[in-house]
Parts: sequence; structure tokens; C-alpha cells
Amino acid sequence: MDNVTHGSVAHGHAQHDHAHGDDHGELGFWRKYVFSVDHKVIGIQYTITGLLFLLFGFTLMMVMRWQLAYPGRPIPLIGAWLGQDRAPMGIMLPEFYNQLGAMHGTIMVFLGVVPLAVGGFGNFVMPLQIGAPDMAFPKINMVSYWVYFLGGVTMITSFFLRGGAAQSGWTSYPPLATLPIANGQTMWLVGMIFLITSSLLGSINFITTIVQLRAKGLTYMRLPFFVWAQFVTSFLLLLAFPPLEAAGVLQLMDRVAGTSFFMPSGLVVSGKALAVAGNGNPLLWQHLFWFLAHPEVYVLILPAMGIVAEIIANNTRKPLWGYKALVYSVIFLGFMSFVVWAHHMFMTGMGTTMSAFFQTTTMIISIPSVIILTALLLSLYGASMRFTTPMLFALAFLPMFGIGGLTGLPLGLAVTDIPLHDTYYVIGHFHYVVAPGTIFALFAGIYYWFPKATGRMMNETLGKIHFWGSFICINIVFMPMFIQGLAGMNRRMYDGGAQYAHNAGLPLKLNIYMGMAAWALGLFQLPFIYNFFASIKWGRKVGINPWDATTLEWSAPSPPGHGNFLTEPIVYRGPYEYSVPGAARDFTPQFESDKPEQGR
Amino acid sequence: MNIPYVVEERPDSGLTNGKLGIWLFLASEVMLFGALFSSYIILRVGSVEWPHGELNIWLGAANTVILISSSVTMVMAWASLKLGDFAKHRLYLLATFLLSAFFLVNKYFEYAGHFAKGEGPWHSTFLAIYFTLTGLHGIHILGGMVVMLYFIGPGAKLYKKNPEQFTNRIEYTGLYWHFVDLVWIFLFPVLYLL
Repeated sequence: MDNVTHGSVAHGHAQHDHAHGDDHGELGFWRKYVFSVDHKVIGIQYTITGLLFLLFGFTLMMVMRWQLAYPGRPIPLIGAWLGQDRAPMGIMLPEFYNQLGAMHGTIMVFLGVVPLAVGGFGNFVMPLQIGAPDMAFPKINMVSYWVYFLGGVTMITSFFLRGGAAQSGWTSYPPLATLPIANGQTMWLVGMIFLITSSLLGSINFITTIVQLRAKGLTYMRLPFFVWAQFVTSFLLLLAFPPLEAAGVLQLMDRVAGTSFFMPSGLVVSGKALAVAGNGNPLLWQHLFWFLAHPEVYVLILPAMGIVAEIIANNTRKPLWGYKALVYSVIFLGFMSFVVWAHHMFMTGMGTTMSAFFQTTTMIISIPSVIILTALLLSLYGASMRFTTPMLFALAFLPMFGIGGLTGLPLGLAVTDIPLHDTYYVIGHFHYVVAPGTIFALFAGIYYWFPKATGRMMNETLGKIHFWGSFICINIVFMPMFIQGLAGMNRRMYDGGAQYAHNAGLPLKLNIYMGMAAWALGLFQLPFIYNFFASIKWGRKVGINPWDATTLEWSAPSPPGHGNFLTEPIVYRGPYEYSVPGAARDFTPQFESDKPEQGR
Repeated sequence: MNIPYVVEERPDSGLTNGKLGIWLFLASEVMLFGALFSSYIILRVGSVEWPHGELNIWLGAANTVILISSSVTMVMAWASLKLGDFAKHRLYLLATFLLSAFFLVNKYFEYAGHFAKGEGPWHSTFLAIYFTLTGLHGIHILGGMVVMLYFIGPGAKLYKKNPEQFTNRIEYTGLYWHFVDLVWIFLFPVLYLL
């Protein structure tokens, strides 16, 4: 295993008591900002790349929303540049709509949210919160980012292939995905193998760092909840991604080497029997895919819960309600997430016994989620809150995730899933979890830790415009999806399903308002983008602990230098000692000793 | 800045960073091959007929013996370091490397035999899963050989600077190698005998 030990390493005896000397001079530009092994730089690289991919994935959706609102009308502004095989005369082809749909999902999940939540926040915040000088394997950390970057480039490049990008949805169900048409699917698989490798390297690093590099006195039950969330998330990534890698390899073999792992015998496409060996099993893909993709849902949501917990404790000036319950719930959630995957497959005819098992486990897994949400909600009770921008986003997370979670219950029961399956109801459900849920939490985290990363505050007024604009628009986009879904509108229609009678009237009309709200949502991200870059240069300068917070990252300089802490951090208490009776201030940091003479 | 617990163990976990890292990596590998073996079971159970005797059992058995021997020499390479005998360690590591190369040569003749008959992975589900499983396993063997070559070559310089860390690295390599060996011990009966 690699590690960074500059200079000579003393044999055998403990090195961790040494002061953090600056044992090398200033690094050049490339080593410092591009091929850096510093977890903070890598975290920022992940954050910015992830944000760019989020913006790109969102742009794809804004284009799709035009086609849904005004089917068959030329796309304004960019329509003329899309080319003959995507949108002749600016009018979108169904194949291109399918590419946009598949790539929107892939980019948002695998290139946007997860890299931002785990690669970005995990990398930047977690080592600081546990008082570590860096990650356990800094070079592997760097490799993890660059492999992710390659995966991203592969995915984007696939748009420019002949035949375009993958068009079989982000789930890539065979046999559609394994048919020789759609060249982009091969690129999609190669890109996924890069992304899986990246998150594998990342998760090994995260777990090792949390187990091995916690500061003196930082026991497991003194860990900030954010670290617990990242810990469980890393185990999910470590153990759930390899089966998708296996599935990806099998599908790649189907596409490249002519095998038929997922191709049944006697398949007829466009009136011609397909020349494959056959004997394969398309359902096998679905099992392998969802074995990853359900834990993946928790990979998306757990870091968000962690961020929200930190911000709520800080801005209510109270300890989190039920810290232990939160920790046990998140561990239980991690275990259960491995045995619920087939609730995505009630419609496949896998049998009622299987359905009964998986709907039972699905109902069980909703319990820890509800405990976490309830504990966070009860933390607000009786608090005199500071309504800062991060707190607004964190507060909005609670009802938004609540709506997303509760609308999932009917989908988890086989009987109610059958009429709702593959309708806009499903889209509404998981977008409430991920978009106004997770992505709002990620925004909260950016506003919250921005001063630690840059030494400057982001502008509060622009932040509030960003929040209220986004909050209103995003609800106008997603709330009508429940109505459309209950009316039976299918999720994959490139014209919104205009040719079906049951969609006529309100369901179709809603697409126009949803489109407008989506474009307005795009506009409301402009204050954020401006705020993000302008604040790096012109933001208000702050000290070490601008939020009066208690966790360890606020004992390091803002921004922290190489090696993070000026002196070795020691932890004396739990993570959320706010408003301790009898204390001089309303916060008692983890790194402050009770007896001043013992403190450093 | 130094990362702690690179060489010495953290008292409360009893592990070095590298050892925890390699065990976590192996856990994910178990999930990777576990998924592939499960796929094998599902495909086999679901197929009408399953071919027998398509593979040369003797070549497979020979490869099993070769890989088990290479695991033994790998342990010896690590044990020699523990005893402070660097020259012997190099000899054993080289032997491990050569044995694994021998394994791949054997595998090449097996593959060539199938392709000569025009029977590649496209031929049947059995050959498809055979080529996929043994191919992935072969890539793991190759990866292990690259690591060994590194420790025979430029990586060996670390021994002079920090023998303990070097010994640890050989131990981690060994853990990986035993895993790759173990996968083959499952592959051999599953593909050749059953």
C-alpha cells in the first residue's frame, strides 16, 4: 500500500507523535492543484467537477422539458446546433430524447451527486472532523479522482459517437441494452467500470481513515453524525458496487464478444431472428443491477442526512436529539439496504413469494429512515434557530425528503406498485428524495463549509434568493408528477404520451408549467454560481470558527494548510455540546479541555 | 506531515492502514466473484442442457497444483523476510512469479485450443461464463505478477530504508495472492469437474 512519507522514516517507533513539520518546500502548480495528494484539494476537485456535471445533467433535462412541454416544436436557442441526427430543423428525434433521458440519470447519480456527496464532502470534511492529517492513502485518493474524471470524459464523449450515447435508461435493461444498435451503450459500460473502480478506491480509503486515523480521545460514539454517515456509505459502495461491475463485464461481453448472458433464445428484432447463442437470462441483469442500485439510493441520501444533522445542531444551538438512535439507525439502514433490491422488480413476474419477502424488508427499512428524520425534526423543538442560508437548505431537506420517502411506501408494496410502476409517480418519488432532498442538503453543505475551505463567507442575500427561488420552482416541477403518475402517464414517452387518451387534459397541460418551472429553476442557479466564484475573491473574511461550531474541523485554520492542524488535536467530549448549562458560551467545542491548564 | 500507523499497528484496532486496506479490497473482490458465481448458478439452473467434458481436466488440475505451489512460495517469501533473509526472499518471490507465468502459459494453450476449434465465448453459455470467469481471474493473476515484478525490481529498494514496511507490503501482496489462488480453487471444480 502506498503512503506519503517524505524524507526518511524512522524504523519501527511511533511517528505519529512528531510535530507536523513542513518537510518539503512549495510544490509546483501541477502537484499542488492538479495531481495533488492533499485530501482538501481532492475534495475541492471532486466538488467542482461534481457541480459541473450536475449543471450539465440539469441542462439535458431542461432540453427534454421543452420536448415534453411543446412536442415537435423546434428547440429555441440551441436547437439549430444539435445536428441532423439529433434534432433535424431543431425538432428533437425520439432517439435523442432517449439518449438525454439515459444520460441525465447516469450523470446525475454517478457523476454528480455521489462524487459531490462522498468524493467532495467526504474527502474535504471527514478527515478534518476526525482530526486526521490526511486520508490514510493519499496517492490512492488522487488516483480515485482521476479515474472518476476519466469515467466522466468517457460518458460525455459517447454523445459524439455515431448513433449517439446510451439510450436504454440509466438502468440499461437488456435485451434492449444489448442489441447491436446504440453504440453508446458500450461506452456507457466502459465509463461505468471507471466510475466503479474510482468509488472502490475511495471507499477503501474512507473506511481505513475512519478506523485508523481518529484523533486521540475521539471514540466511535463521539464521532460527528456526518462521519458515521460517510462510514456506512463507504461500506455500501465497497460491497454493493462489485456486483454491478460483474454485471457490467457480462453486458460488455454480450456486446463485444457475442455472448448471450442476458439474451434469451428466440429473440426477434424488427421481424428478424437475432443471430445469438441465446439461453441467457434478462432478469439476471435486473437482479445484479438493483443489488447495487438500491444501496446506491442510500449512498445518495446518507451523506445528505449527515450534512443536515451537522447544520441543524449548529443552527439550533442544541445537541442533536437522539444521537445514539441516529447512529444505530444508520448502521441498521446500511445492513437492510442489501436485502430490498427486488422491490424494483415487482412487475417482472418473479413470483409472489419473492414479492412478499421483498415488500416485507422494504417496510422494515422504512423504520430507521423514519427514526432519522424524526430525530432531526425533534432536534428543532424549542430551539431558537439561526436562519442562515445553510440552515434554510437543511430545514427544507426535512419535508422534501419526507415527501419523497412517504410517497415511496405505495411503491414498496407489490399491489400498489403495479398501477404506479413506470409512471411519473415513480419519477416524482425518487426526485423528491434526491433533488430537493439530497441536492438541497449538498447546497447547505457548500454554504456551511465554504468558509472553512476558502477563509471567506458566501453572500447571505444571494444565498437566500438562491434558496427561495429553487425551493418554489423545484416543487412546481416535481409535485405535478404525482398527479400525472396517478393519471397513468408513462415515464418514457418522448412526447409526454400525447397520443394516449388518458393523458389528455390536465396531465399533458401540466408539462408546460413544469417546463417553465424547470427553466426558472435554471435561472435561480445563477446567483449561486456567481456567489460561489465571487465569494472566493470578495467574500467577507472569517476566522477559524465563524459558525461557533463544536466539531474538530473548526479548530483548524481557514483554509487549513498541508497537514490540517497546527497542533495535534485531542478530543474531550461528544460532538454536539451546544448550550451546556453553566458554560460561559452556548457552545463547548470537542477540542476544548475542561481544565484549561491541560489544553494546548 | 506523516500519516500514522503505516508501519506500526494502531493499538485499538490492532491493524496497520495497509492491512485494513487490503482486507477491505478483498471483501469487495469477494462480492465481485460472488456475483459472478451467482450468475453462473442462475444461468446453469435456467438452461436446458449443460455441456460436460469440454475442458481438459488434466490441464486444469496441473494449473491448480501450480497455483497452490505459488501460494506456498509466496508465504516463504514473506517468512524469509521475517527471518531477515533478504536473498532467500528474492528467490522465493521470483519462484512465485515464474509459477504464475507458467499458469498463464498453460491457460494460453487451453484458450488456443478452443479458438482453434472456432469455439469462443459466443459459442455457448457454458463457454461464455468459462471465458469470462477465467479471463477475469487471469487479469487478477497478471495484476499480481505486476506487483511481484515491482517488488523484485524497483520496489525492493525500500528494504534498505525500511525493512519493516517492506515486509508488510510483501505480506499484503501475499494476502491478495492467496485470494486469487482461492478463487481458482473454486473455479476448477465448478468449471472442470461439475
